[in-house]
Amino acid sequence: MFKTPRSRLITIIVITAIFGWQLYSNGLKLGLDLQGGMHLVLEVDDPEGTMTVEAKADMIDRVDRIIRTRIDEFGVEEPLIQKVGGERLIVELAGIDDQDRAKEIVQRNAFLEFKLVLPVTDMTAALSRIDRSVVAALGIDSIRALGRDVVASEQPEIVDLLFGGGDTTVTAEQVDTAEVIEEAPEEEDQLDSFQPFSSLLNMGDIPGTYLIALEDIPTVELFLAMDEVQRALPRDQALQWGMELVGRGARTYKYLWVLEEDPFLTGDRLETATAGRDPQFNQSQVQFELSRAGGRTFGQFTGQHIGDNLAIVLDGAVQSAPVIRDRIGARGQIDMGSGTPLEEASDLALVLRAGALPAKINIIEERTVGPSLGQDSVDAGKIAGMFGIALVVLVMMTYYRVAGVLAVGALGVYVVLVLGGLAALGAVLTVPGIAGLILSIGMAVDANVLIFERIREELAVGRATRTAVEEGFQHAFSAIMDANMTTLITALILFQFGTGPVRGFAVTLSIGIVASFFSALFVTRSFFLLYLQGKKASDPISV
Amino acid sequence: MRLFKDANYGFIEARRKAYVVSGIVLGVGIVFMTLNVVNIGSWQNYGVDFTGGSLIQIQVDANLTAGDLRDALGGADAPPITRFGEESEFVVRAPVAEDGSIGAVADTIEAQLAAAFGEDAFEVVRTEQVGAKVGGELQLKALYAILFSFLLTLIYLAIRFEFRFGMAAVIATLHDILITLGFLAVFRVEIALPTVAAILTILGYSLNDTIVVFDRIRENMHKKGARKRNPVDLVNQSINETLPRTILTSGTTLAVLFALFILGGAVIRDFTVVLILGVIIGTYSSIFVASPALIEIQNRWGLGKVGEKKRPQPATV
Repeated sequence: MFKTPRSRLITIIVITAIFGWQLYSNGLKLGLDLQGGMHLVLEVDDPEGTMTVEAKADMIDRVDRIIRTRIDEFGVEEPLIQKVGGERLIVELAGIDDQDRAKEIVQRNAFLEFKLVLPVTDMTAALSRIDRSVVAALGIDSIRALGRDVVASEQPEIVDLLFGGGDTTVTAEQVDTAEVIEEAPEEEDQLDSFQPFSSLLNMGDIPGTYLIALEDIPTVELFLAMDEVQRALPRDQALQWGMELVGRGARTYKYLWVLEEDPFLTGDRLETATAGRDPQFNQSQVQFELSRAGGRTFGQFTGQHIGDNLAIVLDGAVQSAPVIRDRIGARGQIDMGSGTPLEEASDLALVLRAGALPAKINIIEERTVGPSLGQDSVDAGKIAGMFGIALVVLVMMTYYRVAGVLAVGALGVYVVLVLGGLAALGAVLTVPGIAGLILSIGMAVDANVLIFERIREELAVGRATRTAVEEGFQHAFSAIMDANMTTLITALILFQFGTGPVRGFAVTLSIGIVASFFSALFVTRSFFLLYLQGKKASDPISV
Repeated sequence: MRLFKDANYGFIEARRKAYVVSGIVLGVGIVFMTLNVVNIGSWQNYGVDFTGGSLIQIQVDANLTAGDLRDALGGADAPPITRFGEESEFVVRAPVAEDGSIGAVADTIEAQLAAAFGEDAFEVVRTEQVGAKVGGELQLKALYAILFSFLLTLIYLAIRFEFRFGMAAVIATLHDILITLGFLAVFRVEIALPTVAAILTILGYSLNDTIVVFDRIRENMHKKGARKRNPVDLVNQSINETLPRTILTSGTTLAVLFALFILGGAVIRDFTVVLILGVIIGTYSSIFVASPALIEIQNRWGLGKVGEKKRPQPATV
């Protein structure tokens, strides 16, 4: 396959293109030290060391689930939440401003409630009242100003506007700049037909739900947060968000559930919840057990509501709403439906257990990097990196002439491979990562130097050009191989034992070594074969 | 252009001088490590990554000095304050709080600074807060990482070369790490997680250099007539043959590292210093420590004649 220089060249172009595309499409993610952000490590509080390994792992699972439920609250893109070694949890929040709030979100106790799902009839009947209350509270102008884009991007300002005492000049400005979603109706005539709230609600495909389009969610959240709206809701009824986004046709929606306002049971009454599988009906299920008092309440309640749906609400978000089939006492079971994977049942069991954590969670490590510092590091790293590469290019070209140019070409391929490899793996680039990168460039250069020196030696003892090149590559191979392997061993150990930034270094170094191996032994060689093509065996070469 | 063409230096003959040099440098390092134990209570200047504690980096108005900060944070009782990179940036370090909780110390320091200079006079650009337990674990992990890589390298080299090559390489690497640790102790460079990464990189680089020389020794050992040659000559020849490569590679790497040192910014400067040092020591040790170690091992324990392992011994000698 690689017989001819041509086929080798095509291979190189294809591989470089693949990695280049990876780099282009995924982009390089920067570590917290480069882009700024917050890194938290949480651990189960166990001062006496009395908890078993399993209990700790379970605690961490639950906390992991709780924090994932709250992911939207952080207000940053792609928070990273990662379990480490069964007793710790790492939370990385890139570009976060309010660190105290982030810590509060992470450490706050989770609240699990069981609530009855209600039919939407009463709520739908109350919608016009809710619309009127929104209009009355905000005024038509500022509602018009709540164009979707404005709400989504400038939500904090609007919250200020709504609750900060009605500054009319600001409102006027908002109208000027905002995208107006409806033709402005005449205030007096069309007050009743103005439906800021109900126009955003679509009938849900599950009883007791509405569907809200993704882009309308911030607006609806804003309305729901208003006291006026809360007062306009039917008595003892509440509107609460579902957990997941669902696709319907081309659009994405979130469920908004109509629930009884007061929970009839809270999570502290739940003793255990485990996921299992019913082999007879091939379905996953969650078995749970309540405390004695909890069992009495539950039994009484479920007895009255057979056929209704029961919402399991964690931190205000509806996680699941199974149908009550029978009167359930202290022990019950939730069937997930046939063919559902066990993971869904495990997840629900985790949600149920999350409501009552047996121990505290401590923050044992906290690092923050301000965005300006991160940016400084990136800029400095870039300049230093480019300067370093320029130096290498200069040295190689003056010392090895044409061969040096070939090597620089191979190094170019190498850089694309490393950066593309990092992008493909979703690895983040940290400050030590940049150093790892530069070090592996050093190793890539070293491989080329080894080969060229060897070729020179072979030429010096009088071998013909072609033979000298062959021998050069052959003899340099063992040294390159052994040197790269030992460094790779070190990098892998570093990955195993390292944390955070050191791991980033290890990943970059590992990818760098593999790429340098390929670049020196395959790419440089291919370029050399191309260079030798058409030369006679005795023609001199520039090395 | 060709540097060190047909070089023929008596590296191995000079090995005793090298031993003296290495011995002195190692000795100085050990003296300073001991002094550190007396003066700062630990043989190295461990950062918060390893001891636990808080670190706050602040950027202040141009007219504030370290002295002002010290006064604001309690005068003589103030936690250590050091300048970081630019004129206006300072790092304040504080030990773990009594109750072991993290966060409180940093908040106190921030509050004190705000009280003295006002909220707008400074900006917190970086904080690091590590519990004491985490710090201890990281120390242990770093130690494990180094020991494991020693072990695996030894095994790898024993398989690819011979056991004595592995031994010599580990001796050279150990030499490099000890000298680096000595240097860190002398200048009380703060040991943070990236510093450990740097030390392990040195380990990798030093090995890389050593292996290139050893590879040439291995090759020359298998040439015709090698068995009759004096091992010292053979090793010397191998070092001289690889000298152009050694100089060029080390030179290029050093050039890149100096670029990083000068232009790379304060965050990574300590890291770069350790790497620069490592490259210099690694190059030196592959010539003056690893190769002589190979000879010494052979002289002392007579691990067979050169090339013995690769070829079956004739039945009669």
